[in-house]
Amino acid sequence: MAPRSIAQLAQDLRARRVSARELAEQSLAAARAWSGLNAFITLDESAAERAMMNIEHDASVLTGIPFAHKDIFCTHGIRTTCASRMLEHFVPPYDATVVRKLAAAGAVSIGKTNMDEFAMGSSNENSFFGPVKNPWDSTRVPGGSSGGSAAAVAAGIVPFATGTDTGGSIRQPAAFCGVTGLKPTYGRVSRWGMIAFASSLDCGGVIARSAEDCAHVFAAMAGHDPRDATSADRDIEDYIGALSTTLKGIRIGIARNYFGAGVENGVASAVHESLRELEKSGAVLVDIDLPNAALAIPAYYVIAPAEASSNLARYDGVRYGYRCADPASLDDLYTRSRSEAFGDEVKRRILVGTYALSAGYYDAFYLRAQKARRLIANDFAHAFKSVDLIAGPTTPTVAFKLGEKSDPLAMYAADVNTVAVNLAGLPAISLPSGFGENLPVGLQLIAPMFAEARLLNAGYQLQQSTDFHLRTPKVSHE
Amino acid sequence: MSIDHATVRRIARLARLSVDDAHLEKLAGELDGVLQLAGELASADVEGVEPLAHPHEQALAMRDDAVTESNRADAFLALAPESRGGLYLVPKVIE
Repeated sequence: MAPRSIAQLAQDLRARRVSARELAEQSLAAARAWSGLNAFITLDESAAERAMMNIEHDASVLTGIPFAHKDIFCTHGIRTTCASRMLEHFVPPYDATVVRKLAAAGAVSIGKTNMDEFAMGSSNENSFFGPVKNPWDSTRVPGGSSGGSAAAVAAGIVPFATGTDTGGSIRQPAAFCGVTGLKPTYGRVSRWGMIAFASSLDCGGVIARSAEDCAHVFAAMAGHDPRDATSADRDIEDYIGALSTTLKGIRIGIARNYFGAGVENGVASAVHESLRELEKSGAVLVDIDLPNAALAIPAYYVIAPAEASSNLARYDGVRYGYRCADPASLDDLYTRSRSEAFGDEVKRRILVGTYALSAGYYDAFYLRAQKARRLIANDFAHAFKSVDLIAGPTTPTVAFKLGEKSDPLAMYAADVNTVAVNLAGLPAISLPSGFGENLPVGLQLIAPMFAEARLLNAGYQLQQSTDFHLRTPKVSHE
Repeated sequence: MSIDHATVRRIARLARLSVDDAHLEKLAGELDGVLQLAGELASADVEGVEPLAHPHEQALAMRDDAVTESNRADAFLALAPESRGGLYLVPKVIE
């Protein structure tokens, strides 16, 4: 049976075919059945009790819908670890804005999903709580950093989950797990209460089965928040109303840079097939060039660590989080608390960022990376003068094996198609686009700032003529 | 560019991270790799390009100078590994 959409579940709830409590119980039971995935860090068994609600006919479509939060969003009274030993026992005294908004819409969180520590990683292998497995093949990674969220949606545990995307952390796991992932425009979703990694790149968003489901959730998450100084002060749009707009005449730029060396044939052909579907719906495909695309990886792996080294300076063992035993001095307290509680990848990025910002290297690394960032943003701005969307594979390969990429640089290189979008602050979506070697492939569409409605519209239209988003892996009880 | 052990130690010291001798060689190699990757930026023609620090380049948002938060010192201090009398406790700094 095809999985139910959020709109269908909302109808079921209103027609009393199912209760919100039953939906929450089903999700909790599915999470237990799929416990081998390690998709959750914390399950909230109180969800079934909280779901005992009356659903009025004019209630939000999300009322009574179960979901999960990436464990990077602060949840009042429920521990929020960011998959780090540093925050293993951290119980926030407040809700993130995203958490508050989804709760206000009536959605019922069943727990917190696993992720790469502090969202640093592309495989979910950097979690203090152990790696997440891909529900399509348990020997493979689900992608990262929002690996638990993508795996939980792909496995049918929840209809949607929140995620965050600093360099691809929503889109890449969505691609690897065969689900839809929306990374909104920078500033469209409040970062308040979302644990910081790289503040000029971090972006909250959603992973769900379809573009339509993403539209419902995104509409509830987005909006101006005075508590986030970088939050965009502009109205949200009618994302659902825009879904049915025709694609006739819409111009999609095929970025040849995104089909370069390293892109598997199976991935390229699956993506081209989806593009032909969009063409059948009336879209016009044109070739474009992004001349500075090769600068994205080096610029990103300077800027993101630089911002991380600054943001993660707050973990000092004094105010909250891990504190080493018996510190001999204040300096010993700082150094040992951080060294004992941060994992290898987090330490690596802090060191790279500290180096890039240190006296004598700032101009050569950080400032130069920021100039490259401008060139990358200008490439997109130039391309969007002649096209409405830009398309390519979300990732060069399908999900790789657990343990396959032990070299950090090999892991970084695989982010080649996603990081430029964050550097420019643009919205993008990854859409299920068929299979290569029986593993899901993602099509990435990129839009100009604040044109999320166009992304969701194109995704919805593609999902009218394809059914990849409805395919589900078989449950494996291992 | 090659990064020597003394530099790794200096950077780790700045970041308040300890590096034990057994891992120094491996870490130096990994950092060297990342810095070589960053070195690819050297080939970019950035002459006269203004650095971009933030996607929106917006002016800093301002709000009215009014109290918006209630005093929740107790809730926040309760998160601290050690606190007493409304203060965070750390090892003695001045003898």
